[in-house]
Amino acid sequence: MSRKKEQKNIGAVMVAGGGIVGMQSALDLADSGFYVYLVEKSSSIGGAMARLDKTFPTNDCAM
Amino acid sequence: MVEVGRHPNIELITLGEILKVDGEPGNFTATIKKKPRYVDETKCIACGECVKKCPKKVPDPYNAGLIKRKAIYVQYEQAVPLKYAIDPEHCLKLTKDKCGNCEEACPTGAIDYGQKEEILEINIGAVILSSGFTPFNPSEYDNYQYSSFKNVVTAMEFERILSAAGPTQGEILTIEKEPKHPKKIAWLQCVGSRDINRAKNEYCSSVCCMYAIKESLIAKEHLGKDFEPSIFFMDIRAHGKDFEKYYERAKKEGVRFIRSRVHTISEDPKTETLRIGYLTESGKVEKEDFDMIVLSVGMTANASARQVADNLGIKLNRYNFVKTDDLMPVSTSRDGIYTAGVMQGCKDIPQSIVEASAAACYAGMKLADARGDLVKEKKFPVENSIKDQSPRIGIFVCNCGANIGGIADVKSIVEYAKTLPNVEYVTENLFTCSQDTQTNMSEIIKENKLNRIVVAACTPRTHEPLFQETLRNAGLNPYLFEMANIRNQCTWVHSKEKEKATAKAKELVKMAAARASLLEAIPDISVNVGNKALAVGGGVSGITAALSLASQGFFTTIVEKSDKLGGAAKHIAKTSNQEDVQTFLADIIEKANNHPNVEVLLNAEVTDASGFVGNFETNIIHNGEEKTLSHGIGIIATGGDATDTEEYLYGKDARVTKWNDFEKAFDKADNPQNIVFIQCVGSRDENRPYCSRVCCTSSVMKALDVKKKFPNTNVFILYRDIRTYGEKERLYKEAREAGVIFIKYDLENKPIVTSGKKYLEVKVFDPILQTNLLIEADLINLATAIAPSDNKKLAAAYKLSVNEDNFFMEAHAKLRPVDFTTDGVFVCGIAHYPKPIEESIAQAMAAASRATIILSKSSIRISPLVSSVDKEKCIGCGLCVEVCSFAAIILEDVEGKGLRAKNIEASCKGCGLCAASCPQKAIDMLHFKEKQIFASIQAAA
Repeated sequence: MSRKKEQKNIGAVMVAGGGIVGMQSALDLADSGFYVYLVEKSSSIGGAMARLDKTFPTNDCAM
Repeated sequence: MVEVGRHPNIELITLGEILKVDGEPGNFTATIKKKPRYVDETKCIACGECVKKCPKKVPDPYNAGLIKRKAIYVQYEQAVPLKYAIDPEHCLKLTKDKCGNCEEACPTGAIDYGQKEEILEINIGAVILSSGFTPFNPSEYDNYQYSSFKNVVTAMEFERILSAAGPTQGEILTIEKEPKHPKKIAWLQCVGSRDINRAKNEYCSSVCCMYAIKESLIAKEHLGKDFEPSIFFMDIRAHGKDFEKYYERAKKEGVRFIRSRVHTISEDPKTETLRIGYLTESGKVEKEDFDMIVLSVGMTANASARQVADNLGIKLNRYNFVKTDDLMPVSTSRDGIYTAGVMQGCKDIPQSIVEASAAACYAGMKLADARGDLVKEKKFPVENSIKDQSPRIGIFVCNCGANIGGIADVKSIVEYAKTLPNVEYVTENLFTCSQDTQTNMSEIIKENKLNRIVVAACTPRTHEPLFQETLRNAGLNPYLFEMANIRNQCTWVHSKEKEKATAKAKELVKMAAARASLLEAIPDISVNVGNKALAVGGGVSGITAALSLASQGFFTTIVEKSDKLGGAAKHIAKTSNQEDVQTFLADIIEKANNHPNVEVLLNAEVTDASGFVGNFETNIIHNGEEKTLSHGIGIIATGGDATDTEEYLYGKDARVTKWNDFEKAFDKADNPQNIVFIQCVGSRDENRPYCSRVCCTSSVMKALDVKKKFPNTNVFILYRDIRTYGEKERLYKEAREAGVIFIKYDLENKPIVTSGKKYLEVKVFDPILQTNLLIEADLINLATAIAPSDNKKLAAAYKLSVNEDNFFMEAHAKLRPVDFTTDGVFVCGIAHYPKPIEESIAQAMAAASRATIILSKSSIRISPLVSSVDKEKCIGCGLCVEVCSFAAIILEDVEGKGLRAKNIEASCKGCGLCAASCPQKAIDMLHFKEKQIFASIQAAA
């Protein structure tokens, strides 16, 4: 029993990159029972998509 | 973004760089270098006082360097975390020990020049890499003249020019001393993509055709009907869902598409007009003048990708993207480390998001036994009941530094607020959102027994959740809160009319207080969740989704219409990277048949369904018998297949085949002279105005197989645009090198096939030679359109929508590519849109990931801001049921009364359509009741 406990997986995930992809991965995992470290190299998350104006084809604001 | 920032189980590590990951899958230790921000995140309240005093200007990377920002900055107004940072390379204090203005200006003492780099170690079970891409930099390639001429800009720069938050507030202006609105803009495609001569990037970047079309259409919206956008291209790759329709729309709205090769760009030194010299399809030399040129730059691997790969020991592919296999689309070469998005290869946003969820699914499968071990939940004190209490309103007026206080007279607003009905307590704060004010506020609420709170400050969009949390900390229900937006909607817009701004702020506070008096406590709603799943369709997508769920402990039933699992993949030999599909398929079928958590029902079909997220009941017919399945979520994976056609003698002459029937015909052929492939048979026309996405790659692969076996056979591919997107472009290049002949045809001038005794005769117009060709073909293979299964019945059962082409419609084309508007139902595979096997696998895993969010809980909490029906007033007309897009309201038989509307809280999104359409006014929206809204309107009147 104790041996099994030692081998147990860690319920946390590191996501590297805080763009739209990293954010989606982080939310899916955090919403389904995992602790997430979201590591971003710049001072805030958002990535390339936050720089776009409207997005095709819905013309929604990228924000 | 805000959701990520506020999530109790997501810890943001900004300014972080991953140095190494040690250990084994399931138990890694990551070492991270965290660079100093020089601003204490816990103290910074993002008031912006520091920026006003900072003397150092630096080019703003967020705005593609088009304008400057200060050395202390936030990347953009909506940044998460909304905390300033100092750029250590440019800050005068940090570089030369001069200045220090920001420290003086900061009202909360958040500036800390002494912050040092930290090394963090974190313990994790899995890693997901999603570091994105770098846009191609055209400055080294003088043929585009990007460095020489100001009005040659990249598409990223043009995005900022279009943006209302950009350097020109969305006004499109040429870049010169006296800027003017451009009359003509040219977009040049494939800059840094499909180019081995100059850029050394042989792949297609997949997204530039569509973003160029988007930019041209938005520019046209901004600049009006006289504006002339032109797109210079090789092939228009509109290979995604509804892309082709967008392309057709652009043509109708006056975007010119010029199939050409651009050779030179020059500038008239006097007028600064740009001249493009180009070769047309038929080889004619042309030139044309433009005011501005946008380079549709491609995507390249991040320079840091190689570093990360080295640090983590993962393999990259030949283009420096992270290497994955088609049949394991988000797994890297190191177990327990996954990747998603453009870091793995060029793709658009929806496909990136699909992969993001797929990677989350892989991580979840790996760590299924540790689910829930480390999550934290915020604890709040027990809520005090306010039943039978009369309203006691507390009003907090914020100065927001000088943002409000510098314009409106906050003191007089406070005095005014004290005179309003039911108001017990009023105060002003320099910054209401700062941490110490929040703690104080909680105490004030308790001391004064306040039971309604109004904050007059910035905007609820960013700050409402924060204040609601403060209410909960003080034992109040979070819906007893109202905000008056006296900054964004008042002092910011009336900064030059101080008195009027003060008067307006008072009115806004009066409105908020009137509404606050009538606010009610709304309890949380939670619904229990059944943890079984149903997958409709037993192809690669359905099986993959089922196995992903089953391996995490969720029992899944696969309902397959035919008598065999496998779907469309049964006919596919290999993926575009030559991976063996049949071995893979046999393997997953065996797993599905033997997994204790998977039940396979063949010859089974869904007849109807009822229920809502967590609680569905689906009726099926299985081998002629009726059955009911109870399940918490549903996955729609009904697939699709190649259509038949009556064109080109198909079905009349055995030498004309479609898709993979070609292989059989070809096996029998002995050294054939000429083989012809015809593309877009039944796709991209009036009946099916969409591109079937997979056909170009498939035909190019078949052509290569022919050339391999019989190098002397002439192979012709008759096409409209070659859409070997992404890294599939390599196959197209190989085919050209192997001597496959590509001939472009138009919809107006299709090839003509007639049956001769010895040969099939194919007549086609060659636009390069400008003449008709006659090919005597031994075999012809048709790439007929891929169409979805008949989805109408299933769509009706779960209240799902299908588009005009009968593909299922996802909740949001960009951001929610596997969800439906109906909660708890997900889509994947060809049922969503034609796609190659690797994309189906990723989407199936994404669907499983989204489903896991629901299945992993015994109950889910949902927003309680839903509709509520007064059964006494309701007459059962059913209008509300008709208008609801979410299947959230039904008619039920109430004994003695007849039919009455009943809302399903779990499905309700609180949009208010039902309330607005009810002729009896029997429906009210909680928190937005008519009397509450009218109270604030009347207060303003």
